[in-house]
Amino acid sequence: MTATAQVHSNEVGKARLRKEDAHLITGRSRYTDNMVLPGMLHLAMVRSPYAHAKITGIDVAAAKASPGVMAVLTGADVAAEQGSLPNAWPITPDQKAPAHPSIAVDEVAFAGEVVAVIIARSVAAARDAVELVDVNYEELPVVLDLEEAFTDTVLAHPSLGTNLSANWVFDSGEAGTGAPVEEALANAEVLIERTFYQQRLIPSFMEPRSTVVDPTSEQLTMWTSTQIPHILRLMLALTLGIPESKVRVVAPDVGGGFGGKLQVTPEEIITVLAARRMGKPCKYTETRSESLMAAHHGRAQVQRLKLSATREGIVTGFSVNLLADMGAYLGLVTSGVPILGAFMFNSIYKFPAYRFECNNLFTNKAWTDAYRGAGRPEATFAIERIMDELAVELGMDPLELREKNWIKHEEFPFTTVCGLEYDSGNYEAATAKAVELFDYAGLRAEQLRRRNSNDPVQLGIGISTFTEMCGLAPSRVLGSLAYGAGGWEHAQVRVLPTGNVEVVTGSSAHGQGHETAWSQLVADRLGVPFENVEVLHGDTQVSQRGLDTYGSRSLTVGGMAVLAAADKVIEKAKVVAAHLLEASEDDIEFSAGNFTVKGTDTSTSLGEIALATFAAHNLPDGFEPNLDSDATFDPVNFSFPHGTHLAAMEVDTETGQVRIRKYVCVDDIGVVVNPMIVEGQVHGGLAQGIAQALYEEAVYDDAGTLVTGSFVDYLVPSAPDLPHYITDRTQTPSTTNQLGAKGVGEAGTIASTPAIVNGVLDAIRHLGVRDIKMPCSPSRVWHALEVAKTTGGAQ
Amino acid sequence: MIPSPFDYAAPTTVAQALDLLADAGDDVKVLAGGQSLIPVMKLRMADPTMVVDLGRISELTGVTDDGDSLLIGAMTPHHVIAKDLLIATYAPLLAQAAATVADPQVRHRGTLGGALVHADPAGDMPAPVLALDATLVVAGPHGERSIAAADFFQGYFTTAVQEGEILTHIRIPKYVGWGSHYEKFTRVAQQWSIVAVAAMVRVEGGAIAAARIGLTNMASTPLRARGVEAALAGCALEADAIATACAQAADGTEPASDLNGDAAYRRHLSQVLTKRAVLSAAGL
Repeated sequence: MTATAQVHSNEVGKARLRKEDAHLITGRSRYTDNMVLPGMLHLAMVRSPYAHAKITGIDVAAAKASPGVMAVLTGADVAAEQGSLPNAWPITPDQKAPAHPSIAVDEVAFAGEVVAVIIARSVAAARDAVELVDVNYEELPVVLDLEEAFTDTVLAHPSLGTNLSANWVFDSGEAGTGAPVEEALANAEVLIERTFYQQRLIPSFMEPRSTVVDPTSEQLTMWTSTQIPHILRLMLALTLGIPESKVRVVAPDVGGGFGGKLQVTPEEIITVLAARRMGKPCKYTETRSESLMAAHHGRAQVQRLKLSATREGIVTGFSVNLLADMGAYLGLVTSGVPILGAFMFNSIYKFPAYRFECNNLFTNKAWTDAYRGAGRPEATFAIERIMDELAVELGMDPLELREKNWIKHEEFPFTTVCGLEYDSGNYEAATAKAVELFDYAGLRAEQLRRRNSNDPVQLGIGISTFTEMCGLAPSRVLGSLAYGAGGWEHAQVRVLPTGNVEVVTGSSAHGQGHETAWSQLVADRLGVPFENVEVLHGDTQVSQRGLDTYGSRSLTVGGMAVLAAADKVIEKAKVVAAHLLEASEDDIEFSAGNFTVKGTDTSTSLGEIALATFAAHNLPDGFEPNLDSDATFDPVNFSFPHGTHLAAMEVDTETGQVRIRKYVCVDDIGVVVNPMIVEGQVHGGLAQGIAQALYEEAVYDDAGTLVTGSFVDYLVPSAPDLPHYITDRTQTPSTTNQLGAKGVGEAGTIASTPAIVNGVLDAIRHLGVRDIKMPCSPSRVWHALEVAKTTGGAQ
Repeated sequence: MIPSPFDYAAPTTVAQALDLLADAGDDVKVLAGGQSLIPVMKLRMADPTMVVDLGRISELTGVTDDGDSLLIGAMTPHHVIAKDLLIATYAPLLAQAAATVADPQVRHRGTLGGALVHADPAGDMPAPVLALDATLVVAGPHGERSIAAADFFQGYFTTAVQEGEILTHIRIPKYVGWGSHYEKFTRVAQQWSIVAVAAMVRVEGGAIAAARIGLTNMASTPLRARGVEAALAGCALEADAIATACAQAADGTEPASDLNGDAAYRRHLSQVLTKRAVLSAAGL
């Protein structure tokens, strides 16, 4: 049976409900922790309560004797086989990094590090035995504060001799992409110097991490809650010395990642070690407390900034000096996160001179790594906050200041002071739309009224115009930045004998809705019904090649691979069509799933060709009987989504409470495949960016113990805490991919944080408050107001 | 996470529960909804060897009209307190506070008695019970005794309930002609109170005739703001005068400092929130 001919469906742009959701919202999910294998054993971790200590002895006898316990492994037990967890991005040739054993052997460098693992017949038995492991620690001094770490007074890893992992500099004068910044700063008519703090955040994915390893067949199989099954497979092989061909990694349903599951984790390695040792499947699922303590954190930078400008408000130079907190170890891309921000501090502006210097520092805190936006939210916050400071200094409307400095739409493509080529954008259009939706003038008038009447609730307007580099990434660029892999993506399209289509993607969705979006792409391209497309992913046995999902790359890189593979199928089918229709290939036109001889009504459908190809009774000589194709897409450039976000912030000056009165964002993410999915991405992104501005912060005490060790203290906002967003879009297609898409996964997170904080400060700056550290909690806002009162506003 | 092993009993009468407690020794915990106990057991911050669940004792749930007062079973869940008609009529302050407790799941599982005996300084139910001059009825091996709310809360997580006793009922005098309001301050919706104020005022002839103010999270126990109550008595129904009276809300408090604010901030908040609670209770 062949599929009947279908009308071209115009799927792209349709707000399709997600294919993924039916099973997820009815509980028919396949999260890793749902896996139960015959004879499976369960793991529980013994973790260090100390942030920095020597391990002087571990007594596991009582734990081993506990009912149901099969084995207890310490770092010493696995020292010879556990290897060191990988860092794939040595940003400088002389980058320093301590060895990172999955189970600490001699020393622990942050509270929560694994020192032993219990292997037992049940989770409960494993957990009970954790209490019975007696570890002797000799405490060492801890370094927790970044500025203190930079002085090397106390060392996070004494064996390294320094806390400095790497020093990395980009200078537009040296690179030849702009002028030297020192001259600009020296000759500044106006010089703004500020230090901003990016607090430490915890990704807080919904599904805690979980791993199951089955060692019982020829191939070792790992199911794990990861964003990166392909990279993980390679890294498991390299770290443990197993042939890659002997490892299969499956990412089943994965409940969010936000960068937090872009990692090769100690727990994954430990589960392999345990399973291999026992010869039985093993499962480890972390508790939320363990997740907050020991899964990697994000942000954590001190940003020392100097911005020079003319009195007319033209920025002449920008200098950025960062201290970036690696935490105790370098994870997969830890050291590269600040570098992803390095090219974004100039944002949408035409700065003539720019210098970026970053000092990557070790501390005795949980390791950091990618968290939604990874480097770019930090950069965007810095520039958008300091642009507001400049506007205040000049007495200029912050929107006007931005317009004076941004790249005009007719100036694209534009090569920035960092040497990136922005292919397209229209900042005027997005801003104009946002200003209108926001009622900028009306809110400014209300702000003035409240100010003049000393209203206890003051109103502020926060602005954030942003861009980001998405679609990670051109492999050559990654190579030039010393990243250990490429940035391509792979796809397969297979037309089955029935005309149904299987799409295999190297992207690894963990909530993004690729099954739906890729189906829409392929339905349009091949002219088959949306329902007839099946998207397969997240299993290295099914999707053999891929570089997975992060950095808003899936559509702009993975989606393009899917389209390229679909195009190859069409080319193949055209050969068969010409043969069956007894016409020349050049005379065959393909449209809406049908191959037609030009100028005639003689045609055949893709489904008919699929069946004919399967039967292989009547094919052109030498034609391989399949309608399958492979494509690997390596982008020629990043994509550069942008947008204008406006936040009206109410500040209750009596309590310091901050409320979002109105939030408008107009994002330009290029061509949209599924507006509903895009809306979801924007909403979720905004929530996380707002959370950084107002709610979330990982706090440690003086001993290096995580104080915000549960969601009682680590404040993740929920629906009642967030406003109804007014979202809209402009559409300036990317010119560097065939769809014109740009990426949306991180936009909301990147843009919203400075919009909120700028709004809070705009509300109370006239009362003498110049800065508030994030999160802008009511108590911080109130204290800032009190300090301003007592100092008469002169801070 | 998984708690340490423990034995579990679910008696169906108060007498059975008391017997179980008497036999269980020191390491026993009473489960009265479990919205605080179960989490700390799962974190192994508490590891009782025996848990006595009061959830099946039907005599401990429900609200009854008992003449001059309401008698509330200790195992009555927050969501019932928040919606009960008798409480809405005679002690709406209790309903207003119950409606702010955590989230719907917690309000359906968590109980008034459980919250009172747990005595978390940031919990929302103790301060209204204090402001309402409730009497707490406790059953023990030697029979029943009644404790005034003012004597019930003794320190961080500590009440007058002794080992072997259980709180069975909360008796609340009927209030007629009073306005009330529970003003709760949090950073996110589902959070313990940073500070909260339970206020009741009786207005007569354009002035406040009487006021009762309970403070949440301003010390190791809920407090009455007696100075404010005295200053409000006879106070004109006028915002400035009320604000002046409420300015002493922090007198005699000893608030903690934590991630949500230091003691100075909490003292300040108590004044602002007391003013707001009183204004609202007075219908201004």
